[in-house]
Amino acid sequence: MAVNPLYNAQFIDHAQHPDYKYQMDDPTMSHEGINPSCGDELTFSVRLASDGTIEEAAFTGSGCAISQASADMMSDLMVDKTPQEAIELCELFKRMIRGEETDDEVLEQLDEAAMLRDIAHMPARVKCAELAWRTLQEMLEAHDLVGTASATVHAACDHDHE
Amino acid sequence: MLTSEQIASIENSPYKADFPLLAKHPEIVFMDSAATAQRPEAVLAAERTFYETMNANPLRGLYRLSVEATASIEEARKHIAELIGAVDDAGKPQGSEIVFTRNASESLNLVAHTLPQAVELGPGDDVVISIMEHHSNIIPWQQVCKATGANLVYLRLDDDYTITQDEIEAKIGPAAKIVSVTQVSNVLGVENDIPAIAARAHEMGAAMVVDGAQSVPHIAVDVRKLGCDLLAFSAHKMGGPMGIGVLWGKAELLDAMPPFLTGGEMIDSVTETGAVWAPVPQKFEAGTQDAAGSFAFDAAIGYLKGLGMEAIEQRERLLATYLTDQLDALDFVHVIGPTDGTRHVGAVAFNVEGIHPHDVASILDMSDICIRAGHHCAQPLLAYLGESSTCRASIAFYNDKSDIDALVEGLKGVWQVFNGS
Repeated sequence: MAVNPLYNAQFIDHAQHPDYKYQMDDPTMSHEGINPSCGDELTFSVRLASDGTIEEAAFTGSGCAISQASADMMSDLMVDKTPQEAIELCELFKRMIRGEETDDEVLEQLDEAAMLRDIAHMPARVKCAELAWRTLQEMLEAHDLVGTASATVHAACDHDHE
Repeated sequence: MLTSEQIASIENSPYKADFPLLAKHPEIVFMDSAATAQRPEAVLAAERTFYETMNANPLRGLYRLSVEATASIEEARKHIAELIGAVDDAGKPQGSEIVFTRNASESLNLVAHTLPQAVELGPGDDVVISIMEHHSNIIPWQQVCKATGANLVYLRLDDDYTITQDEIEAKIGPAAKIVSVTQVSNVLGVENDIPAIAARAHEMGAAMVVDGAQSVPHIAVDVRKLGCDLLAFSAHKMGGPMGIGVLWGKAELLDAMPPFLTGGEMIDSVTETGAVWAPVPQKFEAGTQDAAGSFAFDAAIGYLKGLGMEAIEQRERLLATYLTDQLDALDFVHVIGPTDGTRHVGAVAFNVEGIHPHDVASILDMSDICIRAGHHCAQPLLAYLGESSTCRASIAFYNDKSDIDALVEGLKGVWQVFNGS
């Protein structure tokens, strides 16, 4: 079989040996996301540093390779970002995955996650790729970042009706 | 295992040439016919012929075109009745027992909305379905039971994917008023013993509904031999157009059921305060029907009859056996359902060890291999089997050995992507 443009070695490594897939102790906040079409579920956690930036990012859960690899690439990208920067990156990722942003220079900001751009041509898998990003964005937006930055948010589980 | 003569007989498909999509795209390996079949040229031509030569609103017209359009629908009913053995004792097809709907789901919804009144379903009565039903034969009954206070009872499978006679007798008791079971599972491909279930249902005084969406396209179905009262199926799974379905019912039961949708075409007369229903089947066909669709469906039935349902069944058994044997021989593939391929009608479900079914399907798609992955609109069955989703390959007579061999090679490729060579 020819080299697979999406399911390449780097992607498979993220899916099978994720660096950021573990249960975080005492996260600042956690949020659960579900993609019923694949049965993907993941819980994403972050710890914020005293300056408000993301000090640690991690996830747990199970699902297809695209949802798992995407969550791992996203976690790596988010370390040291401010919540506002993180939300902007989530927005950029969603634009890429829907084929609305195709400029390579712009997509460089997404680092390794830019390799998922071809999913724009696989509409059935867009939700898999977006799951982690959507979950993180919802969590950050639901959280009052100006106020009680140390409160733990356990938001209601997100059911994505098709 | 197949003999070498049997394998030789499925080596090639003389039928692909009849299907424009398959003929124009030899690179496509289509193994999702359980979701929808491909259409032969004869069906596409019929749709065009209708609009070019007989297009008019059927039923009410007093001019020749409308009369022809009406006649084409009645011809289709007759041929459908013949196909499923809906004939009287003299062998005459009972076209008036054929109700056109949009699809099998709508047929089942029609039944769920009207049969309860005919059988006076009420609190404490049982509606019995099986755990292997498509959502189309679950959710309508869940709604019925919520509205009436009846109990929804499930026939379950044993370890051999069989609804046993003990289970049939345990679950279908004197409280049963409606039994609604699929003839063939859209996931497992296994065929249920409908005559045994229908006999028990009737012994207990219940009406017997059969979901034939996965059986009518693949095996010779005879409603008299099945012993059922109502049968639902879709044209698009048997080479006909999308948007046409059938509900067959025994005339006396259809007469006892109230209308489902109301409005034009389904009445004899209307006053300010009421209406008199048209006779069956028009009673169940409100509004302008897809006459071109039923004409094209008639062409699909003509095509299938030309091949012979017995011949189709025989070829598909060989294909399903070869498919099951080949999948079962891969040590990283787990067949979900019987490993005896002769028990599969059309569909074979499986999983690839450690790889999500959607990843399997996406990678196969990169080689133009079309399979289904997911819950197959049968989530209660998957939960019962302890699976969240599966892959499903399904065949039709137009497939051949090369399609199955391509799938097997594709699956080896999927395995390599995740595990190296």
